[in-house]
Formats: sequence, structure tokens, C-alpha cells
Amino acid sequence: MKLTLKVWRQAGPQDKGQFETHQLDDISDEMSFLEMLDVLNERLNQQGVEEIAFDHDCREGICGTCSLMINGQPHGPQRGTATCQLHMRKFNDGDTIVIEPWRAKAFPIIRDLVVNRSAFDRIIEAGGYITAPTGSPQDANEILVPKEAADAAMDAAACIGCGACVAACPNGAAQLFTSAKLGHLNLLPQGQPERLKRTEAMVDVMEQYFGSCTNYGECESACPKSISIDFIAQMNRDFASSKLRNRRLQGQR
Amino acid sequence: MQLNSGVPAGAIENRWDDHRFDMKLVNPSNKRKFKVIVVGTGLAGASAAATLAELGYKVDAFTFHDSPRRAHSIAAQGGINAAKNYQNDGDSIYRLFYDTVKGGDFRSRESNVYRLAQVSVDIIDQCTAQGVPFARDYGGLLANRSFGGAQVSRTFYARGQTGQQLLLGAYQALAAQISTGKVTLHNRVEMLDLVVKDGRAVGIITRDLLTGEIESHAAHAVVLATGGYSNVYYLSTNAMACNVTAAWRAHRKGAAFANPCFTQIHPTCIPASDEFQSKLTLMSESLRNDGRIWVPKKAGDDRKAADIPEDERDYYLERRYPAFGNLVPRDVASRAAKLEVDAGKGVGPLHNGVYLDFAHAIARDGRDAVVERYSNLFEMYERITGEDPEKMPMRIYPAPHYTMGGLWVDYNLQTTIPGLFALGEANFSDHGANRLGASALMQGLADGYFVIPYTLGNYLAGYLGTDPVSTDDPVFTEARSHVDAQTERFLSIRGSRSVDWFHRELGKIMLDKCGMSRSAEGLNQALAEIPALREEFWSDVRVLGGSQGFNQALERAGRVADFFELAELMCIDALNRNESCGGHFREEYAMEDGEAKRDDEHYQYVAAWEYTGDTAQPQLHKEPLDFDYVHPATRSYK
Ligand SMILES: Cc1cc2nc3c(=O)[nH]c(=O)nc-3n(C[C@H](O)[C@H](O)[C@H](O)COP(=O)(O)OP(=O)(O)OC[C@H]3O[C@@H](n4cnc5c(N)ncnc54)[C@H](O)[C@@H]3O)c2cc1C
Ligand code: SF4
Ligand code: FES
Repeated sequence: MKLTLKVWRQAGPQDKGQFETHQLDDISDEMSFLEMLDVLNERLNQQGVEEIAFDHDCREGICGTCSLMINGQPHGPQRGTATCQLHMRKFNDGDTIVIEPWRAKAFPIIRDLVVNRSAFDRIIEAGGYITAPTGSPQDANEILVPKEAADAAMDAAACIGCGACVAACPNGAAQLFTSAKLGHLNLLPQGQPERLKRTEAMVDVMEQYFGSCTNYGECESACPKSISIDFIAQMNRDFASSKLRNRRLQGQR
Repeated sequence: MQLNSGVPAGAIENRWDDHRFDMKLVNPSNKRKFKVIVVGTGLAGASAAATLAELGYKVDAFTFHDSPRRAHSIAAQGGINAAKNYQNDGDSIYRLFYDTVKGGDFRSRESNVYRLAQVSVDIIDQCTAQGVPFARDYGGLLANRSFGGAQVSRTFYARGQTGQQLLLGAYQALAAQISTGKVTLHNRVEMLDLVVKDGRAVGIITRDLLTGEIESHAAHAVVLATGGYSNVYYLSTNAMACNVTAAWRAHRKGAAFANPCFTQIHPTCIPASDEFQSKLTLMSESLRNDGRIWVPKKAGDDRKAADIPEDERDYYLERRYPAFGNLVPRDVASRAAKLEVDAGKGVGPLHNGVYLDFAHAIARDGRDAVVERYSNLFEMYERITGEDPEKMPMRIYPAPHYTMGGLWVDYNLQTTIPGLFALGEANFSDHGANRLGASALMQGLADGYFVIPYTLGNYLAGYLGTDPVSTDDPVFTEARSHVDAQTERFLSIRGSRSVDWFHRELGKIMLDKCGMSRSAEGLNQALAEIPALREEFWSDVRVLGGSQGFNQALERAGRVADFFELAELMCIDALNRNESCGGHFREEYAMEDGEAKRDDEHYQYVAAWEYTGDTAQPQLHKEPLDFDYVHPATRSYK
């Protein structure tokens, strides 16, 4: 198929950046979206033009590295699919495709289509863990975890940290990402002792970097792992509890 | 170079306990006086860095990824083994040990494998406490599944995302330490050289991938947990950025590289669809429980699968291995598929696959039962190929997947350079010539959580009261200028071909001549082709852009340069090993029925190669292997 690509180019964080247009002629249906960009890069190299920088690694939808805004949609048109899993058969001959980086205040552009998502790591560092120093735990089967709780925690834990939720949100909010980690840990028995402290700490750091949530719900439809917006409700509930109650006593309950 | 494995004496069940008692300790208040560099924050590196920091050491952790959560460990699907015997089906530490030694085709060190089986049970406890959402039964207890090469159910899993959940557990433990300041994380920073002074590892040279800045870091010890090298084949199931650079540059500085030719090819991957294919996707091995593998009997049969009648199909695994059928181990299944495709019976538009057919399972168990079992895999397959496995058989073909070879380490996981340790897939330690499914995650976490925290202390205790070497020391400035010179060289060649082009060409040679099956003739050809292509690379590669700032082509150029040297060593090692064992199959060394023929009399050793300055003339050192507990026998799956 023949395609016209409008790709965002930006030499560095301080550069203004602009769109560049490229025509591609021999794109096969079988190619993945990123392989299509590989072809373009190969051609740019032959023309002596620096390749387009884009982030990717596993190319099977699990590492969360790929991060392209395709025709205004994070990860493109296919629901529940990361950029790297998208194939060209989802496009038509003659299409024009606009490719941009995630656009969010908390994710500064590094170069071209690559952004810095380290703010997510700051949220996890604030409390996205269960304190369990190596060597201290008891036998794993002494902690009973109801299957439903394990399954629900797994649904939340499936988040790949890609940032599409933030890119999709008109406010640049990170509620879906943060609540996914809180949902994972707060649903498990092991996560109870630190539940409220964790929620408060993570939400506080989230608010330092990201915009606030006004319930647009765009995040859920952009999420390649279809993380449910219900986790945001759970987070809000826990956050309210953490503010209202005596935290120290809660932790000891 | 002396190879001393340092394996403790005594009964195998007591060796690790005795050794832990005998090792020197560093008292808690002294631990903070030691600075440790951990390169790599995948399963092995993140677990090590977090645990060392919990103990009190000052840790500098490095990853070229933007976050530890992106390491390639994230992609592991199937599960992690542990000898818990929760299913009461006769598992034990000894059985896991036995299965692993046998599965490795008697080319691993018994003491290390026994320790691995011992600590496997602690790993599950540790990960559960961290909140890893392992699958549960209705009563709330942990669930297990079975995996290739074992007759018990000992594999723990978190849906099809076990690696992801284990890595997130380790990453979160690391994040907790980062927040206390005990670990300094250097993300998007790549190690480009190891610094050695008076024979000891004293630091590393890195490049900040965002700014291009070359930096020196000194420490009392350096730990490498930088993953495997399957990407030497270009097309593999590994993530695109996996590379051998850290291990290779340590090798050039004196660390022996062990058994480089021991690589694993996974039988069930989606075949390449065109020349632009950038990586191969693994489909879980569990599919072989219900799928039947076949090819048309007639070469070049282009009919659709549904139009080929039963009596014109060859279910070749069932025919050749009636006892194990479609469930033969990975290496056997892979070679069998290659034989069929090489004989012109490959299926699909490029004739580069074999069928994995679920029609019989669907007829037997019903569509819903089968689809429920494999829904995420069916969906993944359809996403990539556009074909529905319910309606037509899947096409699969083997792909490079895992590397058993790696930096040689002793029982303490120390390389031949004192002060340099290697963990996880980067070392050669526990899997011999073939790794069993669900054992890599186990080994990475065993190394990181439960082995290095003890053995590193034993080394460091000898350096109490010393400071790390100054980064102004000539050993650092020399190493830096070496790195600078390489960067300049890449940028000044301005040749005519991209880095990826060279990588693809190298991959073709390796897959063809040092892949699923090898022969002296092919290896000798490869040993002529690789240096020629490498020379072309160094005179004709085109790396655009500058040394400052973010430059992905420059990053890749350095990695591919190292793959070229590694590739040569792999072929030399494969040529040296005149036998077939595990993933290493030499066509000349086969039984009459085509099965692998091991030669214990001459090759029951670890081949550890020393860098001599000339990549064509590495020096071989042999670590003999003794089997006091599991007695070498021929693996048979007929
Ligand atoms: C598709 C797939 C499925 C798998 N499934 C299973 C399974 O079900 N069960 C199982 O047991 N095993 C499985 N494996 C194997 C297993 O996942 C790996 O062997 C294991 O995760 C490797 O972990 P690691 O910590 O050694 O390395 P990695 O996870 O690869 O981590 C390497 C780290 O080193 C860093 N690094 C590397 N070089 C440098 C450098 N020069 N400078 C700075 N940082 C550097 C990287 O950034 C990264 O953080 C699978 C593998 C694949 C490919
Ligand atoms: S919640 Fe979804 S969109 Fe947001 S980071 Fe996680 S996987 Fe990506
Ligand atoms: S590249 Fe890993 S999720 Fe897309």
C-alpha cells in the first residue's frame, strides 16, 4: 500500500519541533506499524537523513516502551492494542497517518517521538510496593488469597506503564496508572498494612507531576491493557479514608 | 588464567549451608562503607540491587532502559519453577535438581544446580509477600501448572504474564530502596566498558543516552546482570535492545566467556512474514498440549490446510517419537521442524513454517473448552498474522530464544576477574547445554535475592577500610578515551549501509551455520564470512548524527560491533565441541536415527574462553564437570 506519513520531528527537548511529510510506496499488510517505521528509517539513512527516534523494545505489547500518538489516538485505532502490536492491515491504501509523541506536561519530549516518562517511577517510589525485605517472609501458602482477589489484583497489575492514559487525558492526569498500581496492591491481603499510607503518598506525588482528573474517561479507552476506570473509584475511596481517619491506628488494625 | 569453581566439599545438600557459614561477613555498620555497582535492572539485577541496599550497601544501579520495569524479563510468559511440592505429586528439591541436570544434558555444575533447587522455594515466599498475584485455587492456595521436561506440577504463574509480575515485584522492591536513597538509579545510561586495576574490577564507563556524556563510576565491586545474547541472530524472541555489550566488554577485559555456543531455539514461534520482520513472537509451549504438529507429505504442496486430506499429512513428531509425540523437549521439536522445512515441506506463503493444528482438540473437547484454554494466545496469533487458529491451523517455526552460555562464574558467581560478578542470563551457570522451561526466572531471582547478597559480602570483607579507586586514576581515563575513540570512529566512517543492515546479514549467517544444527563445514564457512562482514561493517557502516544527545543508531552500532566478535567466538566454540548435546547439535555427531550423540569422555567440561587480543585465537580453558549424584545417561524421548 501507499501511505503519506506526517511525523513529528524535534531535535531536542528545547527545540520547537515540526511535522515532516514522507511518502511510502511498498508497505505490506503483514508489517507491524513499527516495522513500517523501520522501513522509513532505513530509507532516511540511505538519503543521509538522521533516522526518526522512537521508543520500542519488546514489540509484543508487554514492556510498555512504545508510545505513539497515531492520528490523534494513543497507540492508534485498535482497542486494547499497544503501538507495537498494531499491524498495517488496519490501514488502507492511500491513507495519511499523523504520528506524534505523547503530549503531556509531565512527559517532556526527548527527541522526535520519544518522551520522558520518569514521573511514573516517582509515583511508584512514593509507595507503590509492599515492604517485605528479602528473606523475611513465611511460607507462601500461609497467606490465603481468595481467587477473586488474586484475579482482580492481576487485572490491575497488568498495567504496562506506557502512559497512554495520560496522553489521552485532556488534563494530562495519571489517575488510571496510579489507581492500577494501588488496585493491585490494595486488593491483596499482603497490601493491607500499608494501604492508606501508600495511597496517600502515591496520590500526593501524582498530583505534583500530573493534571487533575475530571472524569473524561478517555484513559480507559486508550489503555492497551483495558484497565478499568473502576480502580480510580477505589483509589479515591482509599484516599478519602486516608485523609479522614487516624492513619496510624488504621495501619495497625 | 586459572578456573577454580570454588565448589564446597561435603554432601550436596549441605554445601550451600556450610559455605554460607564459612563465608566472611560484613557487619551492618560497615556495609554502608561499601559502594557496589549493579549493571542491569531486570529480574536478576533489580532483585540484587534491592537486596544489597536492604542489607545496607550503597548501590548504584544502571540500566539503558528508561525504567527498570522495561527489562526484557517483563516478557516471560509461562511461569517459574519451585520445588514446593504443594501439589503433593512427589516433587522435592532433589527432583528439581535432578530434572535440571538431566535437562541440561549433563553440562552444568551439580553444586550450583542443587543450590538453585534449594532456594527456589524461598523465591516463591519472597515474591508472594511482595504481592506478586500468582494464580490461586478457589481455596486461596497457590495454583501450579506443569511444564516441559518435568513430570510434576511445579510451575507457578500469573496468567500469561509471570515475568511481568515478578519483574514488577523486584522493581517495586528496588523503588522502595531508591526512595530511601540507598540505591541511586541511573536510567537511560549504558555501560560501555569495565575498568580493571591490578586485576580487580574497580568501576565502569558509561554513556548517558540522553546527553551523550561519557562518565566514570568507581565502586568496590561490579555486578553484571545484563541478560542474554540471542539477538546475535538478529531475529529472536528477545526484545529489540537485548545485547551482549556489557558482558562482551568485560570479556575483553579478562572475564572468561563460557559455552557461548549453547543457545536455545524455541519450537513454537510465529514464522517471519517478510524481509522487514524485526523480531519473532513466541507462542507459549503449552499449545503443544493440544495442538498437533504436521506438514504435507508431499514437498511443495501449496493447497490450503483444509484441502489436504488426512492421509496426505505427516504428523512427524507423533510418527518419530511415539512416546512423547508433540511434547518432546524444545531442542528435539525444533530440529524436527527444521528437517521438514529444509526438505521443502514448509507451509505458509514463504514455506517457512509447520502447522500446529487444533481441529482435533476442538472436535474432541469442543470449541469453547479449547478457546478458553488458549484465548489470549489465539488472539495474539490472530493480531499478528490476521488468521484465526480456530478456522485454520497455526503456522509455527523455531526461533532463537535463550542463551545458556555467558560469563564464566564460580560458585560465588564471581567471574575470572575478582570483584566482577555476573547474574541471571548473563552468566553461564545453571542450565548446562539446555534450559528447561520456567527455570530462567527461577535462576535470575535465585542469583539476585539469595546468592549474591551472601557471596558479595565475602569478597568485600577483604576490602574494609579501602576507598574505591579514584575516577581520575589512569585506568579510568584510559578506558574513557577508548570509549570516546570508538564513538568517533563510528561517526567518521560515513559509509553506505545502516547498522541494521549489517545486523541482519550477521544474523542470517549465524542462524544458518550456528543455529539449530551445525557442521564443521558450515562453521568454517561462517568463520570466514563473519570477519569479512565485520571488516565491511567497520569501513562501510553509516551512523548519522553526533556523539552528543540522543542517538539510537549510535547505540545500536556499538552493540552490533560486539555481536560480531561474539559471533566468531560462538562458531569457534561450536567447532571445538565435537559432540551433540542439548541445544548444540552437530550434524556429524548423531546416532543412526538422527538423535544427538553426546561424547562424555571428551567433552564433559565447561569451555571457558579467554580473550587474547585476537578474536580468531581465543584461548580455551576447561573446567571438568563431575557427576556424583545424577549419572549421565542418554536422553531418550522415543
Ligand atoms: C519471550 C520470552 C519468554 C520467556 N518466558 C520464560 C518463562 O516463562 N519462564 C522462564 O523461566 N524464563 C522465560 N524466559 C527467559 C527469561 O525471561 C530471561 O532469561 C530472564 O528474564 C533474563 O533476566 P535477566 O535479569 O538476566 O536479564 P534482562 O531481564 O534481560 O535484564 C537485562 C538488564 O540489563 C540492562 N542492561 C543490559 N546491558 C546493559 C548495559 N550495557 N548498560 C546498562 N544496562 C544494561 C537492561 O537495561 C536490563 O535492565 C523467556 C524469555 C523470552 C524471550
Ligand atoms: S493504565 Fe493503561 S494506558 Fe495507563 S500506563 Fe497503564 S497500561 Fe498504559
Ligand atoms: S514495544 Fe513493548 S509494549 Fe510495545
